[in-house]
Amino acid sequence: MMERSDRLATAAVVLVLVLMFGLPLYADPFQVMQLTLYVVLSIFALSLAFVWGVGGILCFGQGAFFGLGGYAFAIAAINFGDTTGACALALLVPALAAAALGYFMFYGRLNDVYLGVVTMVFSLIIWKLINSTAGPEWHIGAARLGGFNGIPSIPSLNWPGRPSDQLDPLQIFQVALGLLIVVYVTMKILKSSHYGRVAIAVRENETRAALLGYDVRFVKLLVFTFGGMIAGMAGGLYATYQAFIDPNVFSLEMSAKVLIWVMAGGLSTFLGPIIACIGLQYLALYLAENTVVNSQVVLGGILCVLVLALPSGIIPALQELALWTIARIRIAFRTRSEVALQDGAS
Amino acid sequence: MTFSLVVMIEVLRAVAGLVLISTGLMIIFGMMRVINIAHGEFLMLGGYTVVMAGKAGVNPWIAMLVLAPIVVGLFGVLVERLFIRFFYGRMIDTLLATWGLSLFLMGFVTVVFGNTVTGVSVSLGSVDVGGLRVSGYSFFLIAVAVIILIATYLVLRHTKLGLIARGTMQNPGMAAALKINPSVVYMATFGIGAALTGLAGALLAPITGVVPTMGIAFVAQAFITVIAGGPAIITGTISAASLLGSVSQLTTFATTPVVGDVALLFVAVVLLRILPNGITGKFFRRSI
Amino acid sequence: MAKELVPLIETTGLTMRFGGVVAVDQVHFRLEESELRCLIGPNGAGKSTFFKCLTGQHRASAGTVKFRGHDITGVSTHEIARLGVGIKTQIPNVFNGLEVHENIRLAAARGGKTGLQIERIVEDVLDRVGIGKLSRSTVAKLAHGQRQLVELAVVLAGEPQVMLLDEPAAGMTNEETERTAAIIKEINRTTALIVVEHDMQFVKMIARKVTVFHQGTILLEAPMAEVLANATVRDIYLGRRIAA
Repeated sequence: MMERSDRLATAAVVLVLVLMFGLPLYADPFQVMQLTLYVVLSIFALSLAFVWGVGGILCFGQGAFFGLGGYAFAIAAINFGDTTGACALALLVPALAAAALGYFMFYGRLNDVYLGVVTMVFSLIIWKLINSTAGPEWHIGAARLGGFNGIPSIPSLNWPGRPSDQLDPLQIFQVALGLLIVVYVTMKILKSSHYGRVAIAVRENETRAALLGYDVRFVKLLVFTFGGMIAGMAGGLYATYQAFIDPNVFSLEMSAKVLIWVMAGGLSTFLGPIIACIGLQYLALYLAENTVVNSQVVLGGILCVLVLALPSGIIPALQELALWTIARIRIAFRTRSEVALQDGAS
Repeated sequence: MTFSLVVMIEVLRAVAGLVLISTGLMIIFGMMRVINIAHGEFLMLGGYTVVMAGKAGVNPWIAMLVLAPIVVGLFGVLVERLFIRFFYGRMIDTLLATWGLSLFLMGFVTVVFGNTVTGVSVSLGSVDVGGLRVSGYSFFLIAVAVIILIATYLVLRHTKLGLIARGTMQNPGMAAALKINPSVVYMATFGIGAALTGLAGALLAPITGVVPTMGIAFVAQAFITVIAGGPAIITGTISAASLLGSVSQLTTFATTPVVGDVALLFVAVVLLRILPNGITGKFFRRSI
Repeated sequence: MAKELVPLIETTGLTMRFGGVVAVDQVHFRLEESELRCLIGPNGAGKSTFFKCLTGQHRASAGTVKFRGHDITGVSTHEIARLGVGIKTQIPNVFNGLEVHENIRLAAARGGKTGLQIERIVEDVLDRVGIGKLSRSTVAKLAHGQRQLVELAVVLAGEPQVMLLDEPAAGMTNEETERTAAIIKEINRTTALIVVEHDMQFVKMIARKVTVFHQGTILLEAPMAEVLANATVRDIYLGRRIAA
């Protein structure tokens, strides 16, 4: 008998699979392309949902790994002329960076706010450095870093090993969606595995986890590195989808956005941050295109209201609402049948 | 010889800048443990107060030194009463809420004032230091920073208000038992922190220009200084600002401002690795 | 050297300084296999600090701690735990957001046991500590005394070679205190224990040999009856000055 959350997860995956194969056939290609961005950002959201929700590590600079993945992909793809190696590097470079930063922080017993500040600073350092690389002397191989101008003309994904055989935008959408499913399912499995439970234990009470013999620093390092790698995957997809990348991926705003998605979606789920990400991104786009109202004012206002009224996040609040509604229906049903029985008996 | 004197003055100015933007945050975060992401926007509001006062014909010095702190201080009290106080003890919610506030303020000010940079001009001329010119404003900033530090120290250490504030932060229940309303203390402390921040924004406005996003540049540096400083309010701010400000300014002289900024961040990270609780987490522990 | 002669836990000249304060002063201590030792003493005597030096939560300023002859001074907590030292802290350290059985399972699962072995341990421990009914409760919602019992169960589930318990009976009802005393005596049939306690009624229920701490040193180490009768011990508890 599957638990409720597992049933929901399976339903979600099935729905997404349907979309993955159905949309490119039936929907407007331009809109499908737009959707790709939401998918990519959802993967980014999942990376922090894992690091923070499961691992309890409040990272203020998750954008750093997203950006490193994007830049690694761009530089590698331009140099190799083939995106196969670039895909690997988009995972490897952020993972190594996360491992290094993680080692520095966790083995140095850095915690809570201090850790948050260090991760933010890490992202800021990269942002400042890359921003200043505008001149032609700044290049890695054939790829100019471009400074605040960014890197243009990033090659589109090609079939592994066949550089001249590139995917079209609809296919990239399918790849992105496929990866989202894989990442989501992997995270669900990890969370309920022994390793996931240990990570949760470390999050709940580091002292007790250590007293049980678990190496808390190593556990957090693994979680953080995995999260960095997934963020890098999203970054690589982002780079190939936009065919362009600039240092804004390393900005505070990028890291703040992903924090907001996870907070609004609820730390205890994976679906929540995805829904919050898509919802808030769509809202921002809608506001920018359709109204004269300043989007920051609305976003800021919504956030304030959210925190005041729904402290655990939107998704948990909706779950509560759903449960409450179901319970009320059950009570009403029971009352009615009791009345019916009484009438029948009298 | 004169060159090193000029360098020293510029280093002091950089340190003074950090002290100014951090003291208000140190009071709010250091004493109340509230992470105010909108700190940069309080700075920005101080700047805009000066701009608006200027348009109304008010003397810029009065606008900077008197109006800005009062206006932003009152605004801080308002925000604390209507909003912040619901999130005490809940770090994540405070983060979210103040981030929302930050976005809201930036957007609101953009709507009212537009996106362009407004200049604020005050002239203090320049001082001749052995043939080299140093801006008089640098000395002014250093002087104000020193005054603020001394004043804050005196209030915290020698006045009843300071004692009540420190006591309430350590033990609100006890304070309540002594017929002190912790709620009022929080409100006042937040207001004072906001006022100092508004003052800082106003003072920096002539240097950076006033624009809705001016806060972003300062938020990171302010938080880094506060965290690197550790729990002690005055000693923490002084020690962290001195270290980070000197490193940053000296590196800038040796290379470029970008590298100087990066050096500041880098040193802060290394510092936190060695001293995870900030400078005054290990040294000068008992100081204010 | 014959195996039986190596003490289970031994400290030599163990000292812990915090700034200018010497909390633990040159303490020589021995615990033999299967021994049950109670550490008592007034507040600030150094019992808990000494305890934390044994668990690796404090790094001793001087002196050594040995576990079965191996030097564990300065070794990190999780490695000491892996050696087979089960630790219950003064303020209960449990996984508040998880259910009781999940807490115990995490303790049992360390060290690569099979799923079946883990389940057996969990059921066994729930039974021994008598908290089977609480198995599905979230720990955060339990009363303090119940959380203490959960922590005891968690430590037991790790199948330790020695158990270090800091104030296991604190905040418990009379019924829970008696149950804990019975559990500890039952554990002692196979495992050595060090119990730091304030509750003298509880100490009387379980004590054999007692070590009395005072101002960072061991004042007296003797069977319970002798300690109770000792006038100096009474004086230090009542706060009277004693002859140096």
